[in-house]
Amino acid sequence: MINQDGVWTRWFRYLTCLVLVVWLIMPLIPLAIWSFARGWFFPDILPRQWTMQAWEYALSETAGVLDSLWLTIGISLSATALSILVGVPAGRALGMYKFKGKEVVELMILAPTIVPGIAVVLGIHSVFISLGLTNTVQGVILVHLIPTLPYMTLVMAGIFSNYDPAFEAQARSLGASPLKTFWYVTLPAIMPGIIVGGLFAFLVSWSQYILTLMIGGGRVVTLPLLLFNFATSGRNDITGAIGMIYILPGIFILLLTAKQLSGRSGAVGGFGRI
Amino acid sequence: MTNVSIQNLTKVYPGADTPALDRLSLEIASGELTALLGPSGCGKTTTMKMIAGLLDPTSGDVRFNDRSILREKPESRGVVMVFQNYLLFPYMSVADNVGFGLKMRKVDPDEIKRRVGEMLDLVKLPDLGDRKPSALSGGQQQRVALARALIVEPEVLLLDEPLSNLDAHLRFEMRDLIRTLQQEMGITTIFVTHDQEEAVVLADRVALILDGQMKQYDQADAFYKRPIDEATARFFGGHNFIPGTSQDGKFASALGPLGLPDGAMTGAGKLTFRPENVCIGHTRGDQNNLTATLDDIIYLGTQTRLKIRIGDTAVEAVVNPNDVESYSIGDQVPIHLPVGTLWVIS
Repeated sequence: MINQDGVWTRWFRYLTCLVLVVWLIMPLIPLAIWSFARGWFFPDILPRQWTMQAWEYALSETAGVLDSLWLTIGISLSATALSILVGVPAGRALGMYKFKGKEVVELMILAPTIVPGIAVVLGIHSVFISLGLTNTVQGVILVHLIPTLPYMTLVMAGIFSNYDPAFEAQARSLGASPLKTFWYVTLPAIMPGIIVGGLFAFLVSWSQYILTLMIGGGRVVTLPLLLFNFATSGRNDITGAIGMIYILPGIFILLLTAKQLSGRSGAVGGFGRI
Repeated sequence: MTNVSIQNLTKVYPGADTPALDRLSLEIASGELTALLGPSGCGKTTTMKMIAGLLDPTSGDVRFNDRSILREKPESRGVVMVFQNYLLFPYMSVADNVGFGLKMRKVDPDEIKRRVGEMLDLVKLPDLGDRKPSALSGGQQQRVALARALIVEPEVLLLDEPLSNLDAHLRFEMRDLIRTLQQEMGITTIFVTHDQEEAVVLADRVALILDGQMKQYDQADAFYKRPIDEATARFFGGHNFIPGTSQDGKFASALGPLGLPDGAMTGAGKLTFRPENVCIGHTRGDQNNLTATLDDIIYLGTQTRLKIRIGDTAVEAVVNPNDVESYSIGDQVPIHLPVGTLWVIS
């Protein structure tokens, strides 16, 4: 492609890149520095002494960071998988069919993105107590579905509104069973949506604090909880180290799915509704 | 070899007052190519979907060789439907598209590869197997869709408007390809179309459906020579309908007595004849010769359309431009209506 853009367009592009970097990358730099610092006080621009102590502690058995990391990955992956299982059919219904009360259903699905989580979780807490789901990993996974499902469902609704079900009829006519039709025809067509929706579901679950704290009752300690404990106790160095561990999966997933996130895939179309 | 029997097939969509398809009955002989012809919304696509198993009929039956297929799943009926917009799976190569049906039948991969190659040769696309469907032209996509359907050797092949998305020069090529393959493989084929020309050039027999009801089921030429009623004749471009009475092989009307062919109905009815069958400028034999006044001459390039008046009755005629070069508007001309081209409808 030949670059025919004017000077101003190019300058604007550089400017937006700069803003993006300042906004997204810069805040992480002090965090990284803190994780290697032994004390870092005003007016020093950089810490006077460097150390690996915070990292050694963060990666040690006693801190429980690694246990917490695996637990958080497990919870987020489970919440993502459940979101996909529920969100794909729900998105199909919303994207492809007209039915009575569709607007109400859409609003209900969107509600968790509008209503503060703490308001929701106070109500759910009492329900979960009677179901014996409080203080359990299962309970935490279930409650994470409240914020993850809207994203998954909306992305899939966007995908399915551009989807032609005649392809499925064609596959059936050519001899494919319903299951094979889904596997060979539907799934490849909606895969970009599943990837993007799953990514959002994972990251939303990954960053839950209030919901995990309330339903987990302090027994289910995910990384955000651990991070918050150290941050409030003033250990900036350990907070920095855990913080760096905490952002790794997000970056990893973003790199894996960068292609699907670009506007061309249409998978992000469902966000027009938010 | 499979014959298809459609018996009183009816579909009423939920909330609709009138049936989309009303008691359609058709007997289609094994290996025949049949057109379901009708304007859009007449129920022809509904019929196809019910045969393919993509839609449940309200009542009636569809039988292949006397076996009712309505309770069978779409994938096990032995029917393949080719949709109007081809619906090639976009993320599969052309070869994978063509081989899809065999893969679903768990055919050995080497065997699939061999038969896909044969099939692509047959539809004259031998080197395109590795391409993606989006890299093909409309005509090529159509041929891939046809290959994908034929490779599973269906008992019955359904085609939805097979020629309508193609350019004029591709239509005859595709028509010949469909007819050749269908005849060679002996697959009973039903296609739907809204285009009477498409129906006539492709089909052995045509079923005309208007407003959910079958009007006439016959060989293509019958719709021109022996239409069953005025709506049928009009759908095929008929113009001339003259009221009168048929008796003893003669039709009495404002045109005077005219000789009728054998088999024409008797009693009060309408005389109909096609504009292109009116002979202008000469008489022949001793009956059906009249004199007409030329009201208008409309030159259409390959033919000329005439508005003529016989007494007070307006009639349309279509003739070869050379035949009327010497005439001008207002002239009195002799005309002849050949006996075999007249028909009486009620």
